[in-house]
Amino acid sequence: MSTANTSREVSNSNTDAGAQAAPRPQRGIKAFFGKYGIFLVFLGMCLLLAFLTIDNGQSIFLKFRNIVNVLRQSAVIGIIACGVTFIIVSGGIDLSPGSVVAMTGILAAVLAREAYGLPFIVPVIGAVAVGSLAGAINGTIISKARIPPFIATLGMMTIARGVGFLITNGRPVDHLSEPFLFLGQGSIRGLGENFFIPIPVLIFVSVAVVSHLLLSKTRFGKYTYALGGNEQAAFICGVNVDWQKIRVYTYGGLLTGIAAVVLTSRVSSGQPGAGMMYELDAIASAVIGGTSLHGGVGTIGGTVVGTLIIAVMNNGLDLLGVSSYWQRILKGLIIIGSVVIDTLRQRRRR
Amino acid sequence: MGEEFLLSMEHIRKQFPGVLALDDVSFRVRPGTVHALMGENGAGKSTLMKVLLGIYQPDEGVIRFDGKEYKQMDIRSILTQGISMIHQELTPILHMTVAENIFLGREPVRGRTGWVNHKELYQKTQDLLDALDIHVEPTVKMVELSIASMQMIEIATAISYNSKLVIMDEPTSAITEKEVDHLFKMINNLRDKGVAVIYITHKMDEVFQISDEVTVLRDGKFVGAELTSDITRLKLISMMVGRELTNFFPKEDVQISEVKLEVRDISLEGKFRNISFDVHKGEILGIAGLMGSGRTEVIESVFGIHPPDAGEILVDGKPAKIRQPMDAIKHGMGLLTENRTLSGLFLPLSVRDNMVYSNIDKYKGRFGLNFKQMDVDCEHQRKSLELKTPSLAEIVLNLSGGNQQKVLIARWLLTEPDILFLDEPTRGIDVGAKTEIHRLMIKLVQMGKAIVMVSSEMPEILGMSDRIVVMHEGEKAGELTREQATQERILQLAAGEALTI
Repeated sequence: MSTANTSREVSNSNTDAGAQAAPRPQRGIKAFFGKYGIFLVFLGMCLLLAFLTIDNGQSIFLKFRNIVNVLRQSAVIGIIACGVTFIIVSGGIDLSPGSVVAMTGILAAVLAREAYGLPFIVPVIGAVAVGSLAGAINGTIISKARIPPFIATLGMMTIARGVGFLITNGRPVDHLSEPFLFLGQGSIRGLGENFFIPIPVLIFVSVAVVSHLLLSKTRFGKYTYALGGNEQAAFICGVNVDWQKIRVYTYGGLLTGIAAVVLTSRVSSGQPGAGMMYELDAIASAVIGGTSLHGGVGTIGGTVVGTLIIAVMNNGLDLLGVSSYWQRILKGLIIIGSVVIDTLRQRRRR
Repeated sequence: MGEEFLLSMEHIRKQFPGVLALDDVSFRVRPGTVHALMGENGAGKSTLMKVLLGIYQPDEGVIRFDGKEYKQMDIRSILTQGISMIHQELTPILHMTVAENIFLGREPVRGRTGWVNHKELYQKTQDLLDALDIHVEPTVKMVELSIASMQMIEIATAISYNSKLVIMDEPTSAITEKEVDHLFKMINNLRDKGVAVIYITHKMDEVFQISDEVTVLRDGKFVGAELTSDITRLKLISMMVGRELTNFFPKEDVQISEVKLEVRDISLEGKFRNISFDVHKGEILGIAGLMGSGRTEVIESVFGIHPPDAGEILVDGKPAKIRQPMDAIKHGMGLLTENRTLSGLFLPLSVRDNMVYSNIDKYKGRFGLNFKQMDVDCEHQRKSLELKTPSLAEIVLNLSGGNQQKVLIARWLLTEPDILFLDEPTRGIDVGAKTEIHRLMIKLVQMGKAIVMVSSEMPEILGMSDRIVVMHEGEKAGELTREQATQERILQLAAGEALTI
């Protein structure tokens, strides 16, 4: 019905579709697949690779060392992806994490220099603080200046990258203190000789658990879903939309700072060129894990699985001796595939 | 308390660029009453409520609520002040649960970290739904509910604020009769508790069923406030619609000949049922009715935008299969839509480009488009329509409303249609341009064309039509010839009553 609104209405016509036809709920097998599908895919992949890499009666893929490797390799992206999940669920997007990782990594490296002798907590706090600040700036520009998130974070991406190069004059910052390096290279040992958990993995797990709790159990999490699901409804219910956006982007920046600490301590230096394309990998992880780019849908669990799927795929192809170029193509196909499946599921609801 | 009115809005004025949405509007609501707020689209009802809710700031006027002078604050404070609202457009957050939606913004939390007490959340929701006798599980995601259930949840949300004043904007737009009864039970409960309800609706039946008082707005002005028991349907309609009838219509005698278009028993699910009419060459058929009666839907359906589910359309006596607008155009039809900026004009494009769009095939040359011919045709239209534009290259956005409308008419004339559908052809156009367009319509029917005109303007309908079809809630309420038609008869049919005058 053409409702000719001559007065300024707060509404927009998106809600018309909802008023016309009720989306149909899903039942049975389809619902099960929808919720746990990505996890099953992940399990399937693991089983397949476990099988394909059997050599002399043992599966190379399943070796403890290998699994730990996979987890450690996925830590940096995984941490960023948790933050990005919040942002996408809230209806936004963030293109800056890769560059912010480089920038905050450089700052951490500078503060972690052996020569300065600062306790390792200082670079950690520094990185987290600056990362949060970058996120806060993103959030503020997006909410107060009403600049589309894509553009605002694109700007931050280039600026942060530039800042990194400026500070370092294009050269890596190295000779970092031992305690700091332990964060990225050390591990907790015990429970038998060959058992160890790298610190990055512990950090990743902690970040994931905290993020999960935040997103699913707190008011902050609910408002994040509300913003992405229907910003107008959130506004009408009295949610402070601007502040919520700022908080969400700040959290993303905070996690990016943590990821920067892990990365920098792992490679033992702060590099201006670090983190290239990390934001895309993080977004891909979230999307594969079921986060919808439209907002309002997504979980940390899903994102973690998404991160692991990419990491496992890379690892598996390495073990099987497949060229790394194929890995990229496959990653792209998985991303497209998961979004197509998700879109088809959504469309059938209307 | 001593205050007679729970809410009083006095002399509210709200100006937007180009339109005075509220012009010295006053509105008073007594506690423990259901007060209906009525008026056509654009009358100012929603704007008035948005001023009350703090979404808009009025330019002038004073608001008193619950004995205190009321300064607009943000929405959060207003909700705690004791006013809550059910919005016209459903705005649920689809992927969150019923409980999460209802208590959004006021979740029960533990401590200062904002940790949500889910057990309490779901319990509170269950209690609320039980108290209101609504049978929905709190843990269900909104997306899984029917539209009717969603609306019931929306209603429950507004009531759960325990406000002194609840505003309901078209609360029954998406629910069935059974739920309407349920809603009225809830409203009666509220009334007994001393809560005031502002009930905005187009549905006259509901007004007479549930309200104690009625206020009518028209064109941003306050028309009147009466006790529901003191007024009749007819009085209500004429308050909403009544304007002074003046007779400056260029109606001349035109030869009306054979039937050009026949519409037999067409229906479109959810929009209209069993509509039949015919139009002759040289005739202007007016379609009248209240907002929401389905007039636009009918002509858009015949034109192929949403083809009917059932029924037949005949052009020149032969069945016409119209599945999309292109088919309609091939059968010689043209449609001027209700909202020219939304679905008619290409605002950033030039006058010439706008004019040729429906007819571009005509200008296909061997090496691209025949621009010279385009210019000739458009210039011809410009002259015959007396279109005021600096040049054909001027972008349409810069033209006045009347001239924009002429551009659209020119576009359709270039397709040389035999049947022209006009939906509110002179809405928002100044008097001078109105007359020009009317004169144009007469010229067209003199040439033997048939015109079907939907209009909400009573003078236009009465002055221009040879016959008038009146619609009411998706059905044809009646048909009047030019001689039979009077304002009162049209109003009576439009309100769904039998002709008694």
